[in-house]
Amino acid sequence: MAAITMAAKYKTTVKEPGIPGVLKMMDDVFAFTPNDPRSAMKLKVDFRNIKGHKFSKDGSKQALLNLTQDPEKGGGYIFEFNNFTDRNACRDFVGKVLGKFQALASKQNDQPVSEKSTVSVEQLSTTEMERRMKLLREDSELQKLHKELVFGNILTESEFWATRKNLLDDDYARISKQRTGFKSAMLADIRPSTDGRTNKVTFSLTPEIIHQIFSEKPAVHRAFLNFVPSKMTEKDFWTKYCRAEYLHRTNNSVAAAAEAAEDEELAVFLKHDDILAEEARRKIRRVDPTLDMEADLGDDYTHLPDHGILRDGSKETTDAENDIARRTLAQDVNRHASVVLEGRALDIELGDTRTVAEALARSKQESSADKSDENANLERQERVSRMTEIEDLQATHSLPYAELCIKDPREYFDSQQVNALKALGSTVAGSRTIDHSLNTEEAYVYLLNEISEVKLQGLHNPIVQSEAALKVLSGLTQQISSTRYNLGKNPQESVLDRLPKRTKDEIMLHWTSIQELLRHFWSSYPITTSYLYNKVLRLKSAMTDIYQKLKAIKDVQSDFRHQISLLIQPMLQALDAAFAHYDAEENKHSKKNGAKPNGFVQ
Amino acid sequence: MNSVSTPSKLYSGNFTYISSSPFLYFLPPLMGLLILWQSDDVSLIVVLLDVNPFFWASSAASVGDSTSPHHPTAILSFSKLLNHVIPFLNSLLLLNQLNQVVLVATGVNSCSYIYDSGDSEGESAGSVPAVCSEILRRLEEFVDKDRLLGKGPDKVVAAGVSSLLSGSLSLALCYIQRVFRSKARHPQPRILCLQSSPDGPEQYVAVMNSIFSAQRSMVPIDSCVMGVQHSAFLQQASYITGGVYLKPQHLDGLFQYLSAVFATDLQSRSFLQLPKPAGVDFRASCFCHKKTIDMGYVCSVCLSIFCKHHKKCSTCGSEFSQAPSDPNATPDRKRKTSEV
Ligand SMILES: [Zn+2]
Ligand SMILES: [Zn+2]
Repeated sequence: MAAITMAAKYKTTVKEPGIPGVLKMMDDVFAFTPNDPRSAMKLKVDFRNIKGHKFSKDGSKQALLNLTQDPEKGGGYIFEFNNFTDRNACRDFVGKVLGKFQALASKQNDQPVSEKSTVSVEQLSTTEMERRMKLLREDSELQKLHKELVFGNILTESEFWATRKNLLDDDYARISKQRTGFKSAMLADIRPSTDGRTNKVTFSLTPEIIHQIFSEKPAVHRAFLNFVPSKMTEKDFWTKYCRAEYLHRTNNSVAAAAEAAEDEELAVFLKHDDILAEEARRKIRRVDPTLDMEADLGDDYTHLPDHGILRDGSKETTDAENDIARRTLAQDVNRHASVVLEGRALDIELGDTRTVAEALARSKQESSADKSDENANLERQERVSRMTEIEDLQATHSLPYAELCIKDPREYFDSQQVNALKALGSTVAGSRTIDHSLNTEEAYVYLLNEISEVKLQGLHNPIVQSEAALKVLSGLTQQISSTRYNLGKNPQESVLDRLPKRTKDEIMLHWTSIQELLRHFWSSYPITTSYLYNKVLRLKSAMTDIYQKLKAIKDVQSDFRHQISLLIQPMLQALDAAFAHYDAEENKHSKKNGAKPNGFVQ
Repeated sequence: MNSVSTPSKLYSGNFTYISSSPFLYFLPPLMGLLILWQSDDVSLIVVLLDVNPFFWASSAASVGDSTSPHHPTAILSFSKLLNHVIPFLNSLLLLNQLNQVVLVATGVNSCSYIYDSGDSEGESAGSVPAVCSEILRRLEEFVDKDRLLGKGPDKVVAAGVSSLLSGSLSLALCYIQRVFRSKARHPQPRILCLQSSPDGPEQYVAVMNSIFSAQRSMVPIDSCVMGVQHSAFLQQASYITGGVYLKPQHLDGLFQYLSAVFATDLQSRSFLQLPKPAGVDFRASCFCHKKTIDMGYVCSVCLSIFCKHHKKCSTCGSEFSQAPSDPNATPDRKRKTSEV
């Protein structure tokens, strides 16, 4: 683990302003050096003294990290960072270091040194702990299993959770991955407010709104990048922007044109947004090419009297006389909707307008870089030809494929027949008894004779002798009513439900434990470290215990003895297989390593 | 005779069996049938009859053979089989006026439609003697044709010649598809396989395809296996499609099995308890030794299963370039992350 250095303020309580300085974290110590060399607040603390860490939520007022000495008493070393990215880097570092110490402390002393790295990978932050507790609370079966195996010292806490990483991950993803998108309220809804006495009109812009303006109006975004701070201050920029918005709003196109002529920066806001227009053109190219959009444009009645949309109490008109852009309500709504749907691509803290603007520019470059115009054109042509394709005149679209060539389907059959016949209670060998060598001609002649015999003699009467019929019916009745037939046939009715509840619970618990233990057992092979060797020993003794308990359940005399033994038998078999594997491996190794006392010293 | 009381508990269908009489007493449906164009229990039954000359000839030979280990009731002659099957087909038609029965012959060289109750025309058509003679006539024609198609060796081992089950299953399914498509309201179709000869391993892919397409069109395949050995194909077929698989113990009472078990229409099956096999064993066995295995190698192309690593798949010929690393020699990389 490398060291990490971060600018931070040190404080003893959350309220105080703190001393600015530099925080440096290393493998086992962290140090704080104040910027002011005269300050006495120099720190150098061993991580071993730190028992836990707390931190403020992302997006809260301050980016805080609190390294506590004693979780009960509270207090400790509080650092405030410039932003959450810095804080999170330090938090994660502390988490790893603390996790390592914790794992070291809980480890048995007899473990060789080389094992440390494998055991200590897991870090146990408080959130991690909470997540596990939550999972256990929500799933009583998991809790039972956890209690049995972890508190029973058969598996360690980390071994238990190692196979359930997905549960933890999913949960984590749910908590942290969701990002807030743009508000669905439109920019137009943010109205200027007048104080009524003077002619002053106030627009209020929050970082949130600015981000949204950048996303929805690329021309404003570009202008910001070009003008600020080289040509004007940020404040001037927004003042101009608001002025332009105001002109838009008052629908005073003459005034707008006049002002635009005087002030070229202001004109930028009043002109048509060429980036948007370009984007729109690109989008139109992706529309079904057989659709005539221009024809549609002619059907626009909004300029006729009594037609159109009312906005802010007045009717929208379109006049194309001057350069001044008239955005219609429909355009604004569409633009806003598409930006909201695209979502917020930025992953940075809002605040500094310049950073936001630059980050947005970067993300846009990435997304547009992959499509060149030439490709788009080709694609369009392809689409046109596909849309105008007349099916009956086309050759079939044949996909290239490699033919599956099965040389001998007999193999599938044979591999299946073995089991099929076993299940039906007969064997292949026993049944292949008709081996008469036959003359083809004779066989056909026999068959024809049989048919003509029926033809000549007619059907027998009665068809079935009553003795035979009775035999058949009682045979069928017996078959259907036998227990073997009924067992497990009805999916709604489980064999388990017929057992007494206590026995059922017991068997279920053993069953889940066995599954868990066997999973750990088999995944421990091949045994490459003495850690695994010890783990297998632990697992084996636990499995032996369960094995005895199962046998005890099975041997109890009760009405359900048969059903219970049917249930338990496969469990015992699974355990037997594991024991057999254990013994075989043991033998193999003792032969190989002969003289060595326990055979697993690496 | 008080034998009626025992079975009636389990087989409460819409017919009554009186053991001293060979006939089924058909209870006519109520007026409803006249009003409704069709009711739920109208069935289309496609019966696949195994007409394998080698099987029937050799089983006849083994009956005379005193060294044969089989009890005489375990083997039926073909004429006796017809004596059970033809009345059964007639009784299916009697169960419901609108029932339709199609008989397909499964030969060793070909398959063919033998009889279709929907086709019959004329005055005497549909009467029991007419149906019987038509079936016999068409069967004779079929056997003659099948003989001419054969180009195999003169002498064969009976157990080695299997009937074209895949072919007759396909015919049945095609017929059912036609019915599905031609009428908006059609009878409930099902297939009944009367199989006696052993399964033909070389038909594996074709048979499985037929079974799956039957499953997709929700057509149950009932199986009545009259041969010496069980049929793995039909066991699968009935299991997958939800049909009944049965291997009768007493073949001299075959008609009784057919009418008690296989005559039941799909609607009534939900109220009845019919015999089913103990279940299909889905454990895998390796292609190389036919041993049941718990862990093995699967060809990623054709899904063949092997108990140990091969350089090349023996079924489809795919080459496996990468040999698995010897687990004992090198520690698995995955292990490190999953252990902890
Ligand atoms: Zn094998
Ligand atoms: Zn293969």
